[in-house]
Amino acid sequence: MSQLLCKNISIAYEKENVVDNLSIAIEQGDYVSIIGENGTGKSSLLKGILGLVSLKNGKVEFGDGLDRKNVGYLSQQNPMQKDFPASVYEVVLSGCLKSKGFRPFFSKKERRLAVANLKKMGMEGYKKSCYADLSGGQKQRVLLARALCATDKMIILDEPVTGLDPVATADMYHLVNKLNKDLGITIVMVTHDIDNALKYSNKILHLHKNNKYYFGPKDDYLIHGGCTDECCAPDVSELPRTLLDEEKITADELKYGPADSECKNPTCQCHHHSLNTKTGGEQ
Amino acid sequence: MGIFEEIIGMFSYSFMVRAIIVGGLVALCASLLGVVLVLKRYSMIGDGLSHVGFGAMAVGLAFNQAPLAVAIPVVVIAAFLLLRVSENSKIKGDAAIGLISSSALAIGMVVNASSSGTNIDLNSYMFGSILAIDKSEMVLCIVLGVVVIGAFAYFYNPIFAITFDENFARATGLKVEVYKTILSVLTAVTIVIGMRIMGTLLISSLIIFPALSAMRVTHRFRQVMIMSVIISMFCFFTGLVASYLLELPTGATIVVSNLCVFVVMTIVGYFRKKA
Repeated sequence: MSQLLCKNISIAYEKENVVDNLSIAIEQGDYVSIIGENGTGKSSLLKGILGLVSLKNGKVEFGDGLDRKNVGYLSQQNPMQKDFPASVYEVVLSGCLKSKGFRPFFSKKERRLAVANLKKMGMEGYKKSCYADLSGGQKQRVLLARALCATDKMIILDEPVTGLDPVATADMYHLVNKLNKDLGITIVMVTHDIDNALKYSNKILHLHKNNKYYFGPKDDYLIHGGCTDECCAPDVSELPRTLLDEEKITADELKYGPADSECKNPTCQCHHHSLNTKTGGEQ
Repeated sequence: MGIFEEIIGMFSYSFMVRAIIVGGLVALCASLLGVVLVLKRYSMIGDGLSHVGFGAMAVGLAFNQAPLAVAIPVVVIAAFLLLRVSENSKIKGDAAIGLISSSALAIGMVVNASSSGTNIDLNSYMFGSILAIDKSEMVLCIVLGVVVIGAFAYFYNPIFAITFDENFARATGLKVEVYKTILSVLTAVTIVIGMRIMGTLLISSLIIFPALSAMRVTHRFRQVMIMSVIISMFCFFTGLVASYLLELPTGATIVVSNLCVFVVMTIVGYFRKKA
């Protein structure tokens, strides 16, 4: 089964659905970028997956040896942490909490894990530094190391490059990509940076204002530009088997999934179609 | 008579011994809780809760009830509400605290003035009195001190995680709400006991000052905790002794002592950063 399965989930704030009837399946080793305008429910979706907000409808299931507590999370920058008195080591070590259970102190193994993960992020020289004194990019590296202490399977990132300068941004994407390719860690990332999302990820989830969404391979996304019109409905046989195997999800509910590249509807506004008409017009 | 003999003379009064034990433990608990509250931007909750405590005590006295028996449950409930409200209500946290604390103070004054039978010295409730502590309060305070120290020693790591990043802590499966509930109950009890010595208007300084002073000079969470306790104890005892020797009000002298340490720490921190 898939590592993460969202079945028909809806999330609402004060009766208004920010995420509506969304179904996705994420496999081990995927690099999923979640894009879309402000207010389309990107962060809410992540919080729903992590159990930080309650779902109005639907179910989030973890499989493939993963459970919710084993997911690493890198949240949006928290302004409260700006002057927080904590050393880098203290921050990273706090990622080991869930394995600690009811012991009051961390074991040697957990301490070693924290140091090893700092090293992986190239931050071992800052172990004793004050977290608040680091640059934005360094802070994110530390938080990634903390997430790695919590998981070796999946990391969920919420706008990790917001507020970073271009060099630090490129560096962050490079690091995350390395975790995905070298360590096989599944990445689920909310981002505004579409260029980098398309460069690194293999699947795209594009949330639209009208609560429609596109979820599928990047290559299809490039052709259709995230079109959610019915003309771009996927060939059912191409859907991830895991999703079809789940009895309650019909192909109809997934009609906004990966798109067929041949768009035959003349009124379609999708990127693919407008490209066709454009080139047709010029000839 | 030398100064040391006078200080030794302090201990011959049983109310002084009680005040030292209770005040020392309150200072210790408040400094530990204060680090978390200040970092989570809940500093003013201490102030709000002490006002609620004042209102509850005044109402309790008007109905001939033991003040603590009324004040502790009421303040615990208020602590829940304030922590909740500051998170997900439309009235922002600081405004909510302003509303609740002035209302509670007002209700306390009105009830006190309209109940003819009692004659409470409001001044001692506002600004504290070392004569106020009786034996049962001392026992309660010792229990509180043991619980707070035990909780911070045993749950140090979860408390750090929740203070630093609540969402991450929750995502790793920590029962954040349980810890926050425990913290708010401990804060409420600390404030109700502490306000007898420090007074309604001054108790929140015990929560805020030590943590802030410690953060001027050190930047590790563990060190801030330890430093905060040391500063708080030091300021309590110097303030208490000074108030005894110079015949000054105890609560106010302790706050002034805290203020002096804060100024010194700020200067030390400034030069350290420069160097």
